[in-house]
Amino acid sequence: MEKILTEEQLGKKIEHCSSCLEKKFSGQDGKKHLVVCGGTGCLSSNSGEILEKLEALIKEKHLEEKATVNRVGCFGFCSQGPFVKVFPEDRLYRAVKVSDVERIIQEDVIEGKCIEDLLYVDPATKQKVERQDDINFYKKQKRIALNGCSMINPEELEEAFGFGAFKGLTRALHMSQQEVVDEILKSGLRGRGGAGFPTGRKWQFALNQVNDDKYVICNGDEGDPGAFMDRSILEGNPVGVIEGMMIAGYAIGAKNGYFYVRAEYPIAVKRLRLAIKELEEVGLLGDHILGTNFSFRCHIRLGAGAFVCGEETALINSIEGKRGMPRPRPPFPAIKGLWQKPSIINNVETLASVSWIMREGAEKFASIGTQGSKGTKVFALGGKVNNVGLVEVPMGTTLRELIFDIGGGIPNGKKFKAIQTGGPSGGCLTEKDLDAEIDFDTLIARGSMMGSGGAIVMDEDNCMVDVAKFYMEFIVDESCGKCSPCRIGTKRMLEILTKICNGKGEEKDLDELKELAEITKTNSLCALGQTAANPILSTMKNFPEEYLAHVKDHKCPAGVCKAMLHYEINPEKCKKCSLCARNCPVQAISGVVGKEPFHIDQSKCVKCGLCMSNCHFGAVEKK
Amino acid sequence: MAKLQSHAVKLITEIVERYKDEETPLMMILEAIQSEYGYIPLEVQELVSKLTGIPVAEIYGVVTFYSFFSLTPKGKYVIGVCLGTACYVKGSQSVMDKFSEVLKIKPGETTEDGLFTLDALRCIGACGIAPAISINGKVYPKMEAKKVISLVEEYRALAAKEAQ
Repeated sequence: MEKILTEEQLGKKIEHCSSCLEKKFSGQDGKKHLVVCGGTGCLSSNSGEILEKLEALIKEKHLEEKATVNRVGCFGFCSQGPFVKVFPEDRLYRAVKVSDVERIIQEDVIEGKCIEDLLYVDPATKQKVERQDDINFYKKQKRIALNGCSMINPEELEEAFGFGAFKGLTRALHMSQQEVVDEILKSGLRGRGGAGFPTGRKWQFALNQVNDDKYVICNGDEGDPGAFMDRSILEGNPVGVIEGMMIAGYAIGAKNGYFYVRAEYPIAVKRLRLAIKELEEVGLLGDHILGTNFSFRCHIRLGAGAFVCGEETALINSIEGKRGMPRPRPPFPAIKGLWQKPSIINNVETLASVSWIMREGAEKFASIGTQGSKGTKVFALGGKVNNVGLVEVPMGTTLRELIFDIGGGIPNGKKFKAIQTGGPSGGCLTEKDLDAEIDFDTLIARGSMMGSGGAIVMDEDNCMVDVAKFYMEFIVDESCGKCSPCRIGTKRMLEILTKICNGKGEEKDLDELKELAEITKTNSLCALGQTAANPILSTMKNFPEEYLAHVKDHKCPAGVCKAMLHYEINPEKCKKCSLCARNCPVQAISGVVGKEPFHIDQSKCVKCGLCMSNCHFGAVEKK
Repeated sequence: MAKLQSHAVKLITEIVERYKDEETPLMMILEAIQSEYGYIPLEVQELVSKLTGIPVAEIYGVVTFYSFFSLTPKGKYVIGVCLGTACYVKGSQSVMDKFSEVLKIKPGETTEDGLFTLDALRCIGACGIAPAISINGKVYPKMEAKKVISLVEEYRALAAKEAQ
């Protein structure tokens, strides 16, 4: 691509690319435009081969004048992938297999027909839905941070220009640094990484510092097990995040920006690297960008598998080549950060929103959302919910809308029990919270938190004590060991929870858990320790009867804690087929085929549940 | 102390040289060594210390802090079972147990033949297709315990074919 050294050249480029993209989407060029999802989820289900085969067939059948194919970022609806979408019809094919490609070319591209059996079927109405926007999962969504994902090819700079990239930076360069900070303050944007600190205020602190060296750091160390919006944004529209970082750099007076991305996200890193290289080549990263005095360079550093590095001071230590342990604050990073220089750390979703705000204006962003939380939030909706995936909704959407309208409710007719938000630092919300409007403040008031946006739905089959134990195991693994209350307190809490789940709990264990939780909360240096006990405190508060059942009656009501349950074969339902006995790994089941009902020897049984999942007649019961 | 072979010395020296213009490059150096040399034993740490001037105690501290760095060689195929929340509630523990049973190793260990390493991962961001596992970076969606044996066989066959 030719160099882009002036605003005029950039303007022309954007105009040209926009009209190209518009033609593709609207079909004005007389061609069908097929896009294939290239996110991690769909790639693991062969979307790469689907793309290659589409390209090969178009070439083989000389259809270049009738259709084009492109790879795009994540559609968000990962449980239904891989996706192939057809423009201009806005027709969405889901769960596409490599073997379907021939039909797509023949029936859709050549004959112009819609392939009914590849359409999404609404689980409630059983109706087929052709257009993406008509699917319930997408209806209540509004894409700001995910803007561009699933529309443009993340590996082609021109597509990003066509979708409005660098309009925000151009606008910022016409403003003073203070005006840019004011614009972000006015938008009401709060950090999307967890704590929800106003982004503009963070920038103001850094702008106020007089120093030749300042840094912008993008926190892409998405550690919450169950959240993947940052990965999808980096994979789907890396240029949008780079632009956000450049705007931040201009606003505070930084010349260098560092991306700190998890090593677990190889595709995101590859696309980010490519985008940075291309922007350097055209002159949009480097010295005197667009002929101004603003110079900026981007660098990438990889995480190495430590959850605590999502904490901003631990992240800085990691970039500095040290163990990722947090530092005491103050001094805050905006005063003394990376290499002791003023630094701001913004999360991926925050920076993606920044470029949107500068392009579309602060008022437009501030008109979305609630009083205290503006704009949208991306949630990674997962667990026991029909529609699993990434959803971006305006702040103020209720949990009920999120789980039942967008998420399509709980699978297999089971009952909703709880939703865990905020990951290992958050808490669970229950039936009584379903109609609360979600924003930073309401979630905290109800005993959980926004966190980075993980939202795991649990049904009646999930044991809340087991869930608390799961999160505590995670924290014990990930505690950096600096503060004793976190290092030792979490281990003691895990021991107690393990004891309870093994059926050996006593009532006094619950008091001890609470005491340890409080001590860890108030005596740890960083947020990891301060919030480590939240999952325990919140499940104890919302499900006291479940804890009591474990410690008093030594029963697990959800039937999860193996030590407290046993399997029995109901002799009246048993068809004496021996299937259970043949599948038993420890030969604990005996009986006579066709004559005597089968029976489980409890002293041998290892409670693996294979007999139950193999029985066709529901004769094996969990008690 | 075992002595490093000359090709290892050459590789490590080249890696350290690659990042000489970066400020505080230790993490980048270790990441490159982990991926190109496969592991970071003490003798490699000593060489890095000699080349960079960073005390070996500090390097050892960093290597043992991050779960991506390994002091021992990993297997030819590294199987990572995601135990993140979304995968866990969909039953990834039973997938992990099955791998453990089939490979006769615990998470974090490597099989005696050096073919497989079994790792527990904390969320690979593939929550939409839970439970997910990854083998040398390739992600397998919607994994089930009953698919484990055939998958292990597939990789054993692949290794046998490559050995020929």
